[in-house]
Amino acid sequence: MTATGIGAPVRRKEDQRFVTGQGRYVDDFNRPGQAYAYFLRSPYAHARIRSIDTGPATIMPGVVAVFTGDDLAADKIGGLICGWMIHSKDGSPMKAGPHPALAQGKVRYVGDHVAVVIAETLAQAKDAAEAIVVDYEVLPAVVDTAEAAKAPVQVHDVSPDNTVFNWHLGNKDETEAAFARAKHVTKIDLVNNRLVPNPIEPRAAVGEYDPGTDNYTLYTTSQNPHVARLVLSAFIGVAPEHKLRVIAPDVGGGFGSKIFIYAEETVCVWAAKKVKRPVKWTSDRTEAFLSDAHGRDHVTHAEMATDENGKILGLRVHTTANLGAYLSTFSSSVPTYLYAPLLSGQYDIPAIYCEVDAVYTNTAPVDAYRGAGRPEATYVVERLVEKTARELGQDPAEFRRKNYITQFPHATPVIMTYDTGDYAASLDKALEIADYKNFQQRKQESARRGKLRGIGFSSYIEACGIAPSQAVGSLGAGVGLWESAEVRVNPTGSVEVLTGSHSHGQGHETTFAQLVSDRLGIPIDQVSIVHGDTDKVQFGMGTYGSRSGAVGMSAIAKALDKVIAKGRKVAAHVLEASEGDIEFKDGKFGVAGTDRALGFGEVALQAYIAHKFSGQDLEPGLKEGAFYDPTNFTFPAGVHICELEIDPDTGVTKIERWTAVDDFGVIINPMIVEGQVHGGIAQGVGQALLEGAVYDQSGQLVTASFNDYCMPRAIDLPSFQVGMTVTPCPSNPLGIKGCGEAGAIAAPPAVINAITDALGHEDIAMPATPQAVWRAAQKARMPVAAE
Amino acid sequence: MYAFEYHHPTSVEQAADLATRSEDAKFLAGGHTLLPTMKLRLAAPANLIDLGQIAELRGIQRSGDAITIGAMMKHAEVASSADVRAAIPALAELAELIGDPHVRNRGTIGGSIANNDPSADYPAACLALNATIVTDKRKITADDFFQGIFTTALDEGEIITRISFPVPAQAAYAKFRNPASRYALVGVFVARHADGVRVAVTGAGSNGVFRLPEMEEALSRNFAAEALDGIAVPEDEMNSDIHADAAYRAHLVGVMARRAVQAAAARS
Ligand SMILES: Cc1cc2nc3c(=O)[nH]c(=O)nc-3n(C[C@H](O)[C@H](O)[C@H](O)COP(=O)(O)OP(=O)(O)OC[C@H]3O[C@@H](n4cnc5c(N)ncnc54)[C@H](O)[C@@H]3O)c2cc1C
Repeated sequence: MTATGIGAPVRRKEDQRFVTGQGRYVDDFNRPGQAYAYFLRSPYAHARIRSIDTGPATIMPGVVAVFTGDDLAADKIGGLICGWMIHSKDGSPMKAGPHPALAQGKVRYVGDHVAVVIAETLAQAKDAAEAIVVDYEVLPAVVDTAEAAKAPVQVHDVSPDNTVFNWHLGNKDETEAAFARAKHVTKIDLVNNRLVPNPIEPRAAVGEYDPGTDNYTLYTTSQNPHVARLVLSAFIGVAPEHKLRVIAPDVGGGFGSKIFIYAEETVCVWAAKKVKRPVKWTSDRTEAFLSDAHGRDHVTHAEMATDENGKILGLRVHTTANLGAYLSTFSSSVPTYLYAPLLSGQYDIPAIYCEVDAVYTNTAPVDAYRGAGRPEATYVVERLVEKTARELGQDPAEFRRKNYITQFPHATPVIMTYDTGDYAASLDKALEIADYKNFQQRKQESARRGKLRGIGFSSYIEACGIAPSQAVGSLGAGVGLWESAEVRVNPTGSVEVLTGSHSHGQGHETTFAQLVSDRLGIPIDQVSIVHGDTDKVQFGMGTYGSRSGAVGMSAIAKALDKVIAKGRKVAAHVLEASEGDIEFKDGKFGVAGTDRALGFGEVALQAYIAHKFSGQDLEPGLKEGAFYDPTNFTFPAGVHICELEIDPDTGVTKIERWTAVDDFGVIINPMIVEGQVHGGIAQGVGQALLEGAVYDQSGQLVTASFNDYCMPRAIDLPSFQVGMTVTPCPSNPLGIKGCGEAGAIAAPPAVINAITDALGHEDIAMPATPQAVWRAAQKARMPVAAE
Repeated sequence: MYAFEYHHPTSVEQAADLATRSEDAKFLAGGHTLLPTMKLRLAAPANLIDLGQIAELRGIQRSGDAITIGAMMKHAEVASSADVRAAIPALAELAELIGDPHVRNRGTIGGSIANNDPSADYPAACLALNATIVTDKRKITADDFFQGIFTTALDEGEIITRISFPVPAQAAYAKFRNPASRYALVGVFVARHADGVRVAVTGAGSNGVFRLPEMEEALSRNFAAEALDGIAVPEDEMNSDIHADAAYRAHLVGVMARRAVQAAAARS
């Protein structure tokens, strides 16, 4: 390991600019002549629009233009799309309603886009929006996930019973047979609470049009600018792909919510041409709560069958997934292929069958949010495993160990083939760090102080590095999920890496440079990572699903291999040796068995001056590109243990210890990885204890600000004990598995398993707020009082 | 935010005069309540009279058996005041529990009391400590001042200049924070005075801050947490929202009252 190579805890290069306020986010871009867009949003969850009178608004001071859905339709601008086709059990394609960027005839959630005002200033745009007269016929709304299919309200005409699809995965007959054989069946009902992503930077967009060249530019808060360009051009049709440049500069967090292509950026690009001026929109926090795609929102019933020895025989799951009022870009994949294939957890479960009903409601669209499907699956598996162990009177750690998969590769009954892992190693290490053997003493000590102490496990697995393009294509994905990279070596030997991954908090400028430093033997300050601009990077699939290490860096590694191969040729000419005798080691191209060698920079210079070889023998220059398509998903896994104490008088839960032992494969930068684990746990604890989007029955978002939507704070979290185990991933050249979502996936069941352990019963839902825990603690006390 | 006229008087007299002369005027203190409502376009005063440059509204004095705090004193200033810490430590601790550092370094005691948010902390201190709210026109006892949520005895254009807190024998404040906003979900301020105990509750009541006479009587007889045993807090006047329903709030009032009494009794 070199000081800046793979495995070194290098400080993040990008932090200098972030912590000194030098970051450049979309809202920092102001274009000459720029006007401001403000979206008039629906105050109702469900209403027919009888008419919209924009007349009074158009004559307000500073107004440049006012547009409605009719204007988009007149220009043949298509609706927003969902890029993953899911088929129902009966083979029929999912029933997706239209998703216009500005409402046409109907609004379907509070915050839905009714019209846009473009004005000289934002304040003028807002003033004018107040003057738009909309005649609404308010309709009853449906908000409840479990009730949606039975509700007397229909959100989309094309979707009877508000049902988008009835999907399934696994083997029903084998699962039924397993349950028939079972000695014991454990049942559980779960709600996976709806979350609002809340990245620190709200979404923003600046659209610009150059009539001279007919070129469009969109600055946008995107995790995948090329996908945005593809969707905006090929599907929505705002501009031809080769005429549209999408720039996603510094982006302040996404957590999934900035993967999707939304109405606002669509309208900004389109309107820039209409009004012949750059058009800017920046979301405020209220708009973010109302209109960013939310996460999770599942209602699940699950059952686990075990035999007389406590071996798991089968799992059956029924989930209703709320997709909100419209299908967001990847929404259909989240409760299906990102969910059910993870239901085997770390366990050898011979038979699994999962049914998912996806429903429309009059709520904000729901799509991928940190973990996307995998937290939901892990919550089902880990709550159920813990409950089963308790019902069987077995130690939850040993029950897990007994059922762990130990032979690899392992094909689960739900598509996935796990490549490698050592689950017991993580468990052992976690038990050690958590001092599990003395837990009972600590519990008694708490009891003496009138407190309830509990411990909970989460032995999670996830699938990252999405994914072999053929595989996802066969499952309905509209795109391939490879990644691209281009390595440009300059004549001075410095290197620019153009990547299709996008960094919005992950630290790519550091970790990607570490890979280059490691491979080429040059310091990381000689390496620039270029991303987020479709004019610079040819194509890329972007960053989500912890894929940038396993897929994005693998593409870079592949391109680096080509650079080294070319460098070897150049060196052979310069050193007048045969190519086969050139070795590349420690940043030097040398002739084997001699001390004749050239530094990497010298070879770069020789490649460009091209004096030592003829154009017939070798092309000048040193620049190579690669596309990397993974051969499998990667399977990060680990064990998290949460120990907490409940004050039964108030219901306050205090997390006392947190142990995380993760196997992320090869680690590029342990400091950054640990940071990702910390952030993930914080988000998972947020889901378990604090966060929850609440709509009232009329479809108003009750938790539409930080006054009511509770984000995790430092004070809510203990100091984490983080450990690692490593089984290198065999399916990519770097052995990387991915770490971006693990904490958010692992944490919720660990917290709730600890709470239910403390309470002595399972009757608590997320978020386990003080009120909920107090009430549950009352219930726990009751039998004691009755004795 | 809509456009408004901004004024920055340097005396209370000027401020009062501006308020009577200008149409639709509002005083601006720390702005931590007023400005967000204006940004959300829920409030749209035509004239904003900033009290920030008025020296008379600042300062903390200890005189005999009272602490007097200028209306424009920020929460952080009250929290760190040596005089307040020495005379009424519970008041300094309460100020320390408000919001976060940003809020404590902008928000003012006068703004908090004038606003009378049902979840604000200071109203409980005022009521339990039997404070006197001094305005440019008169003196109002806390019992008369707080008149229901966001409602006070202040007349249009009346300015709070200072608040005077009698120093109690013992006092403490126990706050149960709303997990999201950090305001009081339930806050109970208990103060033992020479002539009896006062117990004030904020956050919980559907009609704003209130006193609990039954607890006050019991504690006046015996200033110990056990004195509260058997005293039930009625649910019917409790607030109910997604964070806490009436039953939970009523329960928490009891728990916080006990904790406050324990903390106060432990003080010499
Ligand atoms: C994020 C956040 C968290 C908070 N948490 C808490 C908390 O935990 N506990 C708590 O108690 N409070 C909390 N607050 C409220 C805050 O501490 C202030 O007390 C509150 O905003 C009012 O004080 P201000 O100085 O900001 O008043 P402003 O917002 O400037 O004014 C509020 C109102 O009072 C009027 N006013 C102001 N001064 C006077 C005066 N001298 N005479 C007459 N009228 C006047 C104004 O005209 C206005 O109507 C929080 C606020 C925020 C933004």
